[in-house]
Amino acid sequence: MTNTITPDTSATADISVEEQQFNDLIEADSRIEPRDWMPEGYRKSLVRQISQHAHSEIIGMQPESNWITRAPSLKRKAILMAKVQDEAGHGLYLYSAAQTLGATRDDMTDALIAGKARYSSIFNYPTPTWADMGSIGWLVDGAAICNQVPLCRASYGPYGRAMVRICKEESFHQRQGFEILLELMAGTQEQRQMAQESVDRWYWPALMMFGPPDDDSPNSAQSMAWKIKRHSNDELRQRFVNMLVPQAAVLGVTLPDPDLHFNEQTQQWDLGEIDWTEFHEVLAGRGPNNAQRLQRRRDAHEDGAWVRDAAAAYAIKQTARKQFARTAEMASK
Amino acid sequence: MTTPGDSASEIWPLWEVFVRSNRGLSHVHVGSLHAPDETLAVRNARDLYTRRSEGVSVWVVPAAAITTSDPDAKGAFFESSAGKNYRHASYYSKSEGVKHL
Repeated sequence: MTNTITPDTSATADISVEEQQFNDLIEADSRIEPRDWMPEGYRKSLVRQISQHAHSEIIGMQPESNWITRAPSLKRKAILMAKVQDEAGHGLYLYSAAQTLGATRDDMTDALIAGKARYSSIFNYPTPTWADMGSIGWLVDGAAICNQVPLCRASYGPYGRAMVRICKEESFHQRQGFEILLELMAGTQEQRQMAQESVDRWYWPALMMFGPPDDDSPNSAQSMAWKIKRHSNDELRQRFVNMLVPQAAVLGVTLPDPDLHFNEQTQQWDLGEIDWTEFHEVLAGRGPNNAQRLQRRRDAHEDGAWVRDAAAAYAIKQTARKQFARTAEMASK
Repeated sequence: MTTPGDSASEIWPLWEVFVRSNRGLSHVHVGSLHAPDETLAVRNARDLYTRRSEGVSVWVVPAAAITTSDPDAKGAFFESSAGKNYRHASYYSKSEGVKHL
């Protein structure tokens, strides 16, 4: 009897069973979970995106923590502390999500403090006035929410779940920022000027948070095919500006774009040209505060090393002690 | 099989966190965190996952202590319930229209 192996024609020749399963799950809009098989590119892409996102939350604590001791009232101080604490929490949710893909916390932290990892360029801008706490909440967190709401449906389960928690908490951030600006705009001439000046500085960097234009966004197409990303950069940016214009009217601030106008045909707000050279400069590490932000993170990590080591040593000692007690107890029986 | 995050290069082990949002409900997995021991794991879990009164009770479990079903054997492992739709009430359609059934 001859043993003939009939090729299985039902499966595509160059695709493995696991890959087919993965593709089917993505196709069905289902979720990929940590122990599922996934293409190396998918894993890499997710680790990059999630860890960058986590770093952004952690570095993002700095521009605001700067104002905790200078907040104008005890209430504002408490709010700001809660917000900065949230950012720390968001960073941790995201690091945990990245860890489910096999990345280690230590590797991610090392990459950040060595200047090898990226984080959102927005946090490299300074916060010289109190009104900046308002602009960060309204514009920066507003843009973040716009970006993050669709990420709640990202195809990778742990990432989507982390984003659900984050989005719930971000809406407080945006509202408190809006309220700071609203109060300033109802104040003295100087306070109104302070608010407007701050909006002028943050508006364009906030629009850049959505990333480069679609035709210059190398990772976007693959990310969308994998359903990690659900909308293009330009699409989300447009959505954000459409929401912003009526909110600016409520505040009584002007948006610093002379070309901004309503397009009757598309029923959208057309915006002026974005200065992408600035974006690339800041991303390349030449923004106003890049060096300072990284140095502060590095210092915090190094200053905290003894605490981490001490806690680990204590835990090891306690475990050993418990084990010893158990052995002694068994021996006495 | 190693638990993600439980590599030799991590100083602190990974813990999985479960929160009971209210009396009468079960603890639900909310995420994970790093902590040197169980006492600090519970405290970190409180700070990280219950900042807005999301819970009345927290469990922490060392991630390494969790045993899961083999993801590759997914189909075969859970197969026994497939094709047994008579285990569901909706299988019995003849009683339709009869009240309190």
